[in-house]
Amino acid sequence: MSESTYAVVGTRPPRHDATDKVTGRAHYGADFQLTGMLHGFILRSPHAHAAIRRIDVSKAEAFPGVKAVVTSADLPESPEQMVDIGEGAMPLSYIRGNMLARSKVLYKGHAVAAVAAVSPHVAEEAASLIEVDYDVLPCALTVEDAMRDGAPVILPDLRTKEFGEQTGRPGNVAEHFRHVLGDAENGFTEADLVVEREFRTATVHQGYIEPHATTVLWNEDGHVLVWCSSQGAFTVRKATAAVLDLPVLRVSVTPLEIGGGFGGKIRIYLEPVAALLSKKSGRPVKIVMSRQDVFEGTGPTPGSHMRIKMGARKDGRITAAQAYLAYEAGAYPGAMVAPGAMCVFAAYDIPNVVIDGYDVVVNKPSTAAYRAPGATQAAFATESVVDEIAENLGLDPVEFRLMNAAKEGTRRADGPKFRRIGCVEVLEAMRNHPHYRAPLEGPNRGRGVAVGFWFNVGLASSCTISVNSDGTVNLLDGSVDLSGTRTSVSMQAAETLGLRAEDVRPSVGDTDSIGFTEVTGGSRTTYATGWAAVEAARDVIGQMKERAALLWETDAASVEFDRGVFRAGGRSITFQELAAQLDETGGPVVGRGAVNPSGAGGSFSGAIADVEVDPETGKVSVLRFTAVQDAGRAIHPSYVEGQMQGGSVQGIGWALNEEYFMSAEGAMLNSSWLDYRMPTSLDLPMIDTVIVEVPDPEHPFGVRGVGEANIVPPPAAVSNAVYRATGVRLYRLPMNPVAVMEALWQKESEPGGGSLHSDAAA
Amino acid sequence: MTHRKTLVRATVNQESVEFLCEPRQSLLECLRDILGLTGAKEGCNDGNCGACTVILDGRPVNACLVLGVEAEGCEIETIEGIARAGALHPVQRAYLESAALQCGFCTPGLIVATKALLDQEPNPSEERIRMWLANNLCRCTGYDKVIRAVQRAAEEMREVRA
Ligand code: FES
Ligand code: FES
Repeated sequence: MSESTYAVVGTRPPRHDATDKVTGRAHYGADFQLTGMLHGFILRSPHAHAAIRRIDVSKAEAFPGVKAVVTSADLPESPEQMVDIGEGAMPLSYIRGNMLARSKVLYKGHAVAAVAAVSPHVAEEAASLIEVDYDVLPCALTVEDAMRDGAPVILPDLRTKEFGEQTGRPGNVAEHFRHVLGDAENGFTEADLVVEREFRTATVHQGYIEPHATTVLWNEDGHVLVWCSSQGAFTVRKATAAVLDLPVLRVSVTPLEIGGGFGGKIRIYLEPVAALLSKKSGRPVKIVMSRQDVFEGTGPTPGSHMRIKMGARKDGRITAAQAYLAYEAGAYPGAMVAPGAMCVFAAYDIPNVVIDGYDVVVNKPSTAAYRAPGATQAAFATESVVDEIAENLGLDPVEFRLMNAAKEGTRRADGPKFRRIGCVEVLEAMRNHPHYRAPLEGPNRGRGVAVGFWFNVGLASSCTISVNSDGTVNLLDGSVDLSGTRTSVSMQAAETLGLRAEDVRPSVGDTDSIGFTEVTGGSRTTYATGWAAVEAARDVIGQMKERAALLWETDAASVEFDRGVFRAGGRSITFQELAAQLDETGGPVVGRGAVNPSGAGGSFSGAIADVEVDPETGKVSVLRFTAVQDAGRAIHPSYVEGQMQGGSVQGIGWALNEEYFMSAEGAMLNSSWLDYRMPTSLDLPMIDTVIVEVPDPEHPFGVRGVGEANIVPPPAAVSNAVYRATGVRLYRLPMNPVAVMEALWQKESEPGGGSLHSDAAA
Repeated sequence: MTHRKTLVRATVNQESVEFLCEPRQSLLECLRDILGLTGAKEGCNDGNCGACTVILDGRPVNACLVLGVEAEGCEIETIEGIARAGALHPVQRAYLESAALQCGFCTPGLIVATKALLDQEPNPSEERIRMWLANNLCRCTGYDKVIRAVQRAAEEMREVRA
C-alpha cells in the first residue's frame, strides 16, 4: 500500500473511549466496587535500613472492624526462579521481598504488614497499632555512598557480576558490564579536543496522577480474581501467581482503565497482599495507595552518577567516546543502566567507544521503568558534552551532530548495527525549523538543542476481530489503553479491512478472554498490537474470500480484495454485503492475529528549547519548545503529538524541578506534589511538534513506537539553553533555582569569571 | 472504632440528596463511596492535583479538602452533571475533539474546572487559562492540547451565546 492510498491511517478520528472519559463514567482502579468489599492499608517502614526483630499484630487484629492482618510470614516460601515482569525478569525473592519485607527493611516506605477492615480509615487506624521492633542500620543513598569501601551491605546475599561472570564478591554493586567498540584510547589520541565531564541526576518519579489501586477476591474455589490498574494484565497475572505460588490458570486479571503509568505500573506492589488479605478474611479486598505511598513505596527512576569523555578532530569528526554510568537500582538490582548504555552514544557514529555500566543497590525504593528508562540520564550527560565540543570547535550544534549522526549501518558499541533509522532526518528537521533560526532577543536568554534515542520493543500481542452482520467489526486486544491505543490499533484494522475507524468497536480483554499480550510499554502497542490487528484483519479477509468463493462457486485464490470490495471474474461484493451473508455461508467469521516481532525500529527525537534565567532568583523559564520525533508512520497524528508533548514536559520537569529530596537518614522529605514540583500549565509554553516519518521497513504501515524517545532530549536541551543564557553549565539535575544560583555565584567568584573554555582543550 | 455519623442534606447535580457521613470523611469520599459518583478522582488527597475538582456553590473546589459535613445545604456540581439530556457539554466535546486527554484520569477535574472558568469568563487569554488550570495536574498531555481545548470550547460557547 502506498501512502496516498490510505483512507484511515494518518487521519484524526475521535477516540472510541473518549466519551466515557469526558463524562466521568470510565472506571479506573479505585472506582471498582464489589459487594462485601473490605479496604486494605499497608504499614510501611519509617526507616531506610533496619533489621526487623519482631512484629506484633495482635492489637491490630483485635481492633473493631478489622478482618485480617498479614505479614511476610503469610507469603509462601516458593523456590527461587526468574519471573518475567514485562520488559525484563527479576528473581522471585526480590519481588516477594519488595511486597512485604522479611528480615530487613531496605528503604523508607518498604511494606511491612497489611490490614483489611470495613473502611479505609479503620484499616489505617488499626495498622498504626502494629508493633514493629527495628534495629536501625546505617544506610547508603547514592551510588557513591554505596560503592565506597565499608559501605553498609544492603543485600547480604548479593554478589557482584562482572563482565557476565559471577565474582563471588559481596557488596552493593550487582553488576558491572562493559561494551567496547574499536580502540578508545587510540581514538582519543587522534582527537584535537577532548572533553570529560562528570554528571549527577536525582531520583525522579513517573508522577502518574492515579495512585496504584487493586481489588482482589480469593474465591472459595481457590481462584484469585484481580481487578486493577496496570500496564499489562498478563504481567500482573504472572507476577501475582509467582508470588502466591499458584499456576497462572488460577489467577485472572481484569484490567481497568489506567490513569497513567509511564513504566511505573508494570511491576506489582499490591495484588499478592490484597490476595492474602482476601484469603484470610473471605471477602474481596481493595487497596488504594496514597500519594505518599506512591512516592515512597513504588519504583521511581534511578538517580545516577556519570562521566562522559568525548574526543573530536578540528574538522568536526568525533573520534572516540567513553562513558561511566553508575545508576541507583534502589533496594534490588535492576537499575535500567543496561538500556542507558545502549542509548548513551546511539545518536552518533563513533568508531571507538568504551562504556562501563554499574547497577548499584541503595536504600531507596526499588526503581522501575520510566519512559525510555535509563536513556534520559545518559543523554543529559552526552548531549551536554557534545554541545561543549561543538562550541569549542566553533561549529553549529545541530550541524556538528549531523556530521556525526548515526545512520543505517552504524554499529552501536553494545553490538547491533542500525537498520533504517531517522536520526539524520530528525536533525535536519530541527535545523530547518523556523524555531531554530528565529532570533532570540533579550538578556539572560538562550537556546539549546539535544537529540535522543530509544530502541523500542516489539514483543507478543494478540488480537481477534469478529465480523458483525452489518459489516462492522468488534476488535478485542490485550493491550491496556494508556493514551488512545484502542483507536490507533483499530485504525490499522480499519485500513486493512477497508472500513472507517468508527466501524470498529475496540475492547481491551482480560486474561481469560484474549491471548497473551505483553505490557503497554516500550513504545510497543501501536506497533505490535497494531500489527496483530492487521494480521487479524488479514485473517478475516482470507476467510471472507472463501465465503465469496462459495457464493460464486469459484476458487478462493481467485478472489481479490481491495478497499472494502471482494472481486472475482467480473463479479463483486462489498464487505458489508458479504458480512450479511455469513450465516448462509458457514457461520461467524472471527479473525485472529498473534505476533511477536523482534526487530522494532528505534525512534530518534530532538528538542529545541529557549529559556530565560532570572539572575536574581535562579528560576529558569521555558519560553519556547519544539519537539521533533521520527514516528515511522503516524497512525493518528494527534496522539503522536500528544506523546511528544507529554514526554517533552516530563523531560522539562526532570530538568528543572523534580527530585527525591532525601534526608541523611534516607527519608524522602518532599513526598507530596506541593514539594515534588511537577510542571503545571502555568510553567509551560505551548509545545510545538514536528513529526518526521521514516517508515520502519518491517511493519505493515511503517510504524515506529513514539511513546518514549521524546523524554530523552529535553533535560540536555534545557541545560544547553541555560548555558547559552548564563555562560554557566550545570552538571546536575534538577537545575532548580538553588542549583542555578550556586552555579552563578561560583562563576562570579572564579578568577576570570568562569571562562567558557575552562580546561576542555586537550 | 465507630464514629457518630451526621446526616448531610445537599443538592448534587440538581437533585436533592441526603447521606450519612463520619466527621472525618471528605466530600470526595462521600461523593465517591457513599453516593457512587466516582467521576471525581483522588490523585493526592491533599489539594495538590485537582483531579477531585467539583463546583461548590458556583466555585471550583478540591473535594478532598472539603469535609462531607461542610456540604450541608450546598449546591454541588460534579462531572456526572455536566452533560445534559444525552448531549455532551461544549467543554466535554472540545476535550474529546482536541485529543486533550490521554489516560483521562485528570480529565473530569479539568473539565469541571474549565466549565467553572468559562461560566464566569467567556473569553479568557491563554495566560488566564494557564493560571486557572494550574491547580489541575496532568502528567500525560503537557497541557498543550488541554489549553487549545479550552480555547475551542470558549469560542463555541461564545458563538452559542451570540
Ligand atoms: S485529590 Fe484532591 S487535589 Fe488531589
Ligand atoms: S491525561 Fe493522563 S493525567 Fe491528564
